[in-house]
Amino acid sequence: MKRLLLLSVAFLATPAVAQSVAITNAKLVIGDGSAPIDGGTVIVRDGRIVAAGKAVAVPAGMPSVDAGGKWVTPGIVAGFTRMGIVESDGVEETNDTAARGSPFHAAIDIAPAVNPATSAIPLNRAEGITRAIVAPDNDGSIFAGMGAVIDLGSDRTPVTKARAFQFMEYGGGGSRSGNSRPAMIAMFRNALAQVKDYLRAPAAYADQGKDALLTRADAAALVPVANGTMPLLIHVERASDMRALIDLKRDFPALKLVFVGAAEGWLVASEIAAARIPVIASALTDLPVSFDQLGATQSNIGRMKAAGVIVGIGTINDDEARQARLEKQYAGNLVALTKLPGATGLDWNAAFAAISSVPAEAIGMGAEIGSLKAGRRGDVVIWNGDPLELGTSVAAVYIDGVQQPLRTRQDALRDRYILPGEGALPKAYER
Amino acid sequence: MAVRISGARRRALPAAIAASVLLVGCATDSGARPATASASASKPGPGLNKGYSHDPFPSTYKRYPGVPTLVTHVTIFDGEGGRIDDGSVLFADGKIVQLGQSIAAPAGATVIDGTGKTLTPGVIDIHSHLGDYPSPGVQANSDGNEATGPVTAEVWAEHSVWPQDPGFSRALANGGVTTLQILPGSANLFGGRSVVIKNVYARTEQGMKFPGAPYGLKMACGENPKRVYGSKGREPSTRMGNIAVDRQTWARAAEYKRKWDKYEKDGGEQPGRDIAMDTLRGVLSGEILVQNHCYRADEMAIVMDMAKEFGYHVSAFHHAVEAYKIADLLKAEGTCAAVWADWWGFKMESYDAIGENLALLQKNGACAMIHSDDANGIQRLNQEVAKALASGRRAGIDISDAVAWEWLTYNPAKALGIADRTGSLKPGKMADIVLWNGNPFSVYTRPEKVWIDGAMLYDATNPKLRPVSDFELGQPGSGDVK
Repeated sequence: MKRLLLLSVAFLATPAVAQSVAITNAKLVIGDGSAPIDGGTVIVRDGRIVAAGKAVAVPAGMPSVDAGGKWVTPGIVAGFTRMGIVESDGVEETNDTAARGSPFHAAIDIAPAVNPATSAIPLNRAEGITRAIVAPDNDGSIFAGMGAVIDLGSDRTPVTKARAFQFMEYGGGGSRSGNSRPAMIAMFRNALAQVKDYLRAPAAYADQGKDALLTRADAAALVPVANGTMPLLIHVERASDMRALIDLKRDFPALKLVFVGAAEGWLVASEIAAARIPVIASALTDLPVSFDQLGATQSNIGRMKAAGVIVGIGTINDDEARQARLEKQYAGNLVALTKLPGATGLDWNAAFAAISSVPAEAIGMGAEIGSLKAGRRGDVVIWNGDPLELGTSVAAVYIDGVQQPLRTRQDALRDRYILPGEGALPKAYER
Repeated sequence: MAVRISGARRRALPAAIAASVLLVGCATDSGARPATASASASKPGPGLNKGYSHDPFPSTYKRYPGVPTLVTHVTIFDGEGGRIDDGSVLFADGKIVQLGQSIAAPAGATVIDGTGKTLTPGVIDIHSHLGDYPSPGVQANSDGNEATGPVTAEVWAEHSVWPQDPGFSRALANGGVTTLQILPGSANLFGGRSVVIKNVYARTEQGMKFPGAPYGLKMACGENPKRVYGSKGREPSTRMGNIAVDRQTWARAAEYKRKWDKYEKDGGEQPGRDIAMDTLRGVLSGEILVQNHCYRADEMAIVMDMAKEFGYHVSAFHHAVEAYKIADLLKAEGTCAAVWADWWGFKMESYDAIGENLALLQKNGACAMIHSDDANGIQRLNQEVAKALASGRRAGIDISDAVAWEWLTYNPAKALGIADRTGSLKPGKMADIVLWNGNPFSVYTRPEKVWIDGAMLYDATNPKLRPVSDFELGQPGSGDVK
């Protein structure tokens, strides 16, 4: 009862004030691919990491938490999700992922739709996820709109960065919207040409309504994509499609492409690495679920990494509205591959980085989130065991230095039904 | 935990009594019929359940040869809650021979050192659509839902199962799955017959079919049927419509059964055949097990009363995310719950899913198991159980690893009516075995070797024992480690 009360108070509070904390005696994981440091300390001051490592002194007067040798890591950065913009996919009324019938595509900005009360947010927070890359879904165009980076804190301000990237679908998967591949490329080239027209004379760019190939709003939204100040995340799975996009980037060198999914990435890994295109891949895709991913294997990420690709883990089309927590399990599975003859996995340090610093870097936010290096947001998790191991629970979560409530709606249901059958009153009175 | 299967639910007279009744009938009828009566009317019935074939698509599965094998110094979960540390398992001629602390190697046996590894019964997935929703998931392969009417008890999943689904190989190599039930989808109230198969590639579906396993009838509650048919402007469009159509259908089935039972016993005019009703008659006579997709606690309770009304038994509720709310009712009915570890919230009826579902069911004495319903999830059912087990332990429900293994093998075997043949490591049972390269409840562990009926059909250390379906042959990554 009391804990629930605290939770609701936290929700009602004004945006939480960033705080300072020192966590000592930790098995400290920086998140950049380096090995854990025993006896480590991390210092968060005013919501930002100021130091993390072995010989770090706790500033006088700073609140301090002894981790007792437990694992302490940066919060997980969920690499590709639709968290916070849909409560339940099957409940259409709650689903803001795609905009069927909208005349706008690239101009769609999901940030205002992010609802911090979405039940996936407290649930994933309680499992150590602190930030998420949130993308809209496409409908009627290759362009889905602009995604955001959010935090999972229990406050009213979930958006860390609005309009963090543009999202696009390419190939045989996703919503093809009646497009062939050449038609998608034509649409893309035309869009960038129209962006140039728009830039030449924004006021004169006539808004032609639904008949326009690119609305004024869409053209404006694509300006930062065209000039490379906004990353363009492209969902693509087939090897030849990735080659086609690499070719396209040669014509538009300013584009900052990021591949999402990339099931056949290992077949073109050296080309992706040479093109310096980061990848947010699905970790355990290993079935030819479509003709775009005949070559799918769980060794994909390991092989891409070995070829020099910057590759993190995301969850596109994988219950991405609510199960980002599974990324820990996925990363652990990639470690398991290192023991499997013929497979290529990731060592533990790289696997953890694939769900923390790498996705942040992929979208150009590596200086802001994803590791415990100085200057990053104070997103820190204390774990009751190896964070990639099944069933390891979370002891504490800090977001921007603020300790977070960890109780979920599921916990309340469990407590209500821990004993079957009604008591003196119906179950509805047990809370 | 009594899971009633075919024998106990059968209402048939013992064969000897039935035969004498028929003889009497024959004598009485002899010569008493008018000349215009059909010839069949004057004959005795063919005998109960002999009026038509109950097995027109018989299994042609044959076990592959194996060698007598002894695994030593291995951690054993026997599938029925037992655990042996540093133990030994011997199997030969397709069967489990012996379990123990130390077993002398018979002459000619292959001996495998299992130090640091774990040996378990092969994983059984009671809910799969491999083969009827195969990879690639293109429209041309979409054969799992005959969504043209809410009652399609006449369809049999085995007639959709594509034995070249690449998913079978992943379930074997990554998941250690040796037996699985392939079901029709959940668009319909009566989705049709399921089929149980061994996870051994064959040219035909019949070549995979588990010999002698009972059929299942897939039924579905809740959102899916009412959405699919409601959107077509027809019944059912509500949950009350779901149950109404169910009951109407069972009432017809009871009448069909009465006619056929009478004919088969007493002879007379042969009733018309109805392929859908054959299946429902099979349920009412206890020959076919009901596998019922149902999420919500209140709906499961209604279905169990409907089953009583018409005299059948629900073997297992699948996707039973709210089973934890009625663990006591499920226990009382002897109905199992097949659940996910942590899927939740993807639709309204999955909103109340909790990670402690399996543990709460176990704690309250109900029959519980994990299931996948997913070509990816089936590759990691051991990991799903590990998560569920950890959730339970955090809630103070102490269940041992060895008992939790029942959720992966013995309990699904019970709910499928094959627990006398597989699902645990009892001597005489099928040698369906996984040797894991560590603790199977660790994320860092994979199957190292898998035997089905004593034949080694996967070996992580031998690329030649990596099955490749016809579809993947010659494709990018063919024969790759997946």
